[in-house]
Amino acid sequence: MQFMLLFSRQGKLRLQKWYVPLSDKEKKKITRELVQTVLARKPKMCSFLEWRDLKVVYKRYASLYFCCAIENQDNELITLEIIHRYVELLDKYFGSVCELDIIFNFEKAYFILDEFLLGGEAQDTSKKNVLKAIEQADLLAEENRPRQFFFSLLS
Amino acid sequence: MPAPIRLRELIRTIRTARTQAEEREMIQKECAAIRSSFREEDNTYRCRNVAKLLYMHMLGYPAHFGQLECLKLIASQKFTDKRIGYLGAMLLLDERQDVHLLMTNCIKNDLNHSTQYVQGLALCTLGCMGSSEMCRDLAGEVEKLLKTSNSYLRKKAALCAVHVIRKVPELMEMFLPATKNLLSEKNHGVLHTSVVLLTEMCERSPDMLLHFRKLVPQLVRILKNLIMSGYSPEHDVSGISDPFLQVRILRLLRILGRSDDDSSEAMNDILAQVATNTETSKNVGNAILYETVLTIMDIKSESGLRVLAINILGRFLLNNDKNIRYVALTSLLKTVQTDHNAVQRHRSTIVDCLKDLDVSIKRRAMELSFALVNGNNIRGMMKELLYFLDSCDPEFKADCASGVFLAAEKYAPSKRWHIDTIMRVLTTAGSYVRDDSVPNLIQLITNSVEMHAYTVQRLYKALLDDISQQPLVQVSSWCIGEYGDLLVSGQCEEEEPIQDEVLDVLEGLLVSNLSTPVTRGYSLTAIMKLSTRFSSINRIKKVVSIYGSSIDVELQQRAVEYNALFKKYDHMRFNLHVLYDLVSLLFQANDLLDLLGGNDVVPVIQTTLPTKPASAGGELLDLLGDLSLSGRTTVNGLKIEFTFERANPNPNIAVITIHATNTTEADMTEFVFQAAVPKVITLGMSLSHRAPATPVAGRAQCALTKVARYSVSSGTLVRLASGLDVRCVKKQCGWLGCVSEDA
Repeated sequence: MQFMLLFSRQGKLRLQKWYVPLSDKEKKKITRELVQTVLARKPKMCSFLEWRDLKVVYKRYASLYFCCAIENQDNELITLEIIHRYVELLDKYFGSVCELDIIFNFEKAYFILDEFLLGGEAQDTSKKNVLKAIEQADLLAEENRPRQFFFSLLS
Repeated sequence: MPAPIRLRELIRTIRTARTQAEEREMIQKECAAIRSSFREEDNTYRCRNVAKLLYMHMLGYPAHFGQLECLKLIASQKFTDKRIGYLGAMLLLDERQDVHLLMTNCIKNDLNHSTQYVQGLALCTLGCMGSSEMCRDLAGEVEKLLKTSNSYLRKKAALCAVHVIRKVPELMEMFLPATKNLLSEKNHGVLHTSVVLLTEMCERSPDMLLHFRKLVPQLVRILKNLIMSGYSPEHDVSGISDPFLQVRILRLLRILGRSDDDSSEAMNDILAQVATNTETSKNVGNAILYETVLTIMDIKSESGLRVLAINILGRFLLNNDKNIRYVALTSLLKTVQTDHNAVQRHRSTIVDCLKDLDVSIKRRAMELSFALVNGNNIRGMMKELLYFLDSCDPEFKADCASGVFLAAEKYAPSKRWHIDTIMRVLTTAGSYVRDDSVPNLIQLITNSVEMHAYTVQRLYKALLDDISQQPLVQVSSWCIGEYGDLLVSGQCEEEEPIQDEVLDVLEGLLVSNLSTPVTRGYSLTAIMKLSTRFSSINRIKKVVSIYGSSIDVELQQRAVEYNALFKKYDHMRFNLHVLYDLVSLLFQANDLLDLLGGNDVVPVIQTTLPTKPASAGGELLDLLGDLSLSGRTTVNGLKIEFTFERANPNPNIAVITIHATNTTEADMTEFVFQAAVPKVITLGMSLSHRAPATPVAGRAQCALTKVARYSVSSGTLVRLASGLDVRCVKKQCGWLGCVSEDA
């Protein structure tokens, strides 16, 4: 996978993960063009399109578009499953995830994505393992958080 | 200074902005606050501030001033800091800036951290955006982690290694030892990432490929276990066990089995098993089948397996899910060359996909349909494709029209069918055909001698209906000019028009707003040609003289030339015109010089040298009548070929090479070449090397490279008339021709 974009139906970017090195300007250009192209697609059309020299796989979940650019030798159908798996992870984590969750907790969405994919490939195919890892990491983060006044008495 | 506002607070505030300007103001205010906070080197709130900066960056605002802060966060001991710091690095830093190198040491330390989640962060960042320098420095650490027994780290190290190899391919070797027992892992995460790593190595290095071929049995075993094993809740997706791993293994098998008989043999059974046993009701099963098909088609599989694969694709074509149909068409397009017959069996389904609503599916179906056309199915296929051409979106029309022309040319069952097909394309998609189709079509029509009457009648009728599609109008005008006599003479099946009606139509084209200048040129020429076929010469003369003062310069020049023909060279009019536009069309077709004819016609240039007196029985062969567009003609054994090309280096010079071949047994002498050109054109003629009056031996290729050079300023249209007089003298009982030239 070269990159993944999440955007709303109005074209607002909610998450962008790039696995190839590009300048900020290039990223903005690609994002703008691709978002436009995908938003212009009609509901009856298939989830794949050729864009520049890449294959783009996209799927809409409620008000959010999940859009991945994959290479020519990658399997489009399994990419749909990858997207679905990510959505399931978000759903489990946030409890019936909606766009607002992603907006207000975007950093968590990134953490979950980074626990699921690395360099554009799936690290773990077990939902349970990914969620467990996030959970543990969250706990670790909790321990760091400046505690309430009375805790500090104990440290 | 009050504590900086929390992230969620900021997000909420920004979302209340009602205009872009309002939002920008809020952002600027917050950025200023963040900047001063950074300046104060505040450790407590750095994390919060960077997080806010990342949010604003996602909205599209500049955030580069936070780059160094990310580095500070990464260096911090707090996990929350590191988490946001690494995220910030991945979002804000880019390998083209040297700043990113400052991360290297931190990452190195974190790769050796006591907490695996910190190590994980470092591996993730390195594997996502590590530059070549960073990868070089840290490859050793990654390799170490690849050998750890901690599966959480091992799986991440494998993918990180993939990235390192992509950035610095020379480092691939160092990871080889660590791959030794990767596949013996039970952990699916490690297995999956290991297969990805092995795939990357095999794709990049033929040596690695050879080395890893021995893993085929092990991979087959793992795949088999996945399929045969019972329900495993942890890896189950819609009843299928770890489809992600299955797909990756199939892909690796594809690479290993490619061009290797033994490996292909070893995986034959498992591929057949996967192909037949995988559940097809959901996307996930089809994803596996898709990968299986790709593998079967790429390795050296036996024919039974290949047919199985194509049949799977055929079933895909009937699937309700358009994604599946799309994938099937793409795959079939790849295999249509190698497994043509098998794909043919699914032709009707493919043709049905032409009616699909999805643009990508339609396009693929169209490409595939053209690939499947052959002599047997041409009639049926063309019907479908023409129907498609009628109804498809404009973006397809040009390609479809070209495809139809090509297919018709290759497989037309009859000339009449061919002409009909072309007519259909011109009338339904006439404005979309490519520019070079017009001369090609004219040539086709010229060659179909027996169809001339039919063709001109149909084209005339088409013109009556619609004069807006320029290619159609151009071809029609040309035909009418050429075969107008057939049109009015009652040779056609239907009621023939009278001469005046035909001239009405052609004149209508001249005045119509819909006609382009090129079209007007065609119609004027056609009218002119009809002067030798029709009796209403006066009317034609009038039209021609009217256009002698046309605003359109090109039209004007043509008209004036034609006028001159009427006045001075009436006797030649019959012959010249034929060559006039044949050559002009040749010029157009070859996209040569676009030259304008001159104001006057120069008398024929005599270029004969004194020759041997012709013995009795010599005859003048008039070769004017029969030159075809390909510039080739054979009369009485003398084969003449015209070739036209632009001179190098001066593109304003056209080099017309005339190659004459004596195909008879007898010798030929007295070959005289004459050429007439408008004054504006400078004609230089030269004979390549033949001495005059030397007989051309029978069956000898005459090296008569007649080079006629024409220089005119570019941007104008030229017409040239040339005539060949060949004096063939019979010697004994044969013919003698004498070649004589002027330099």
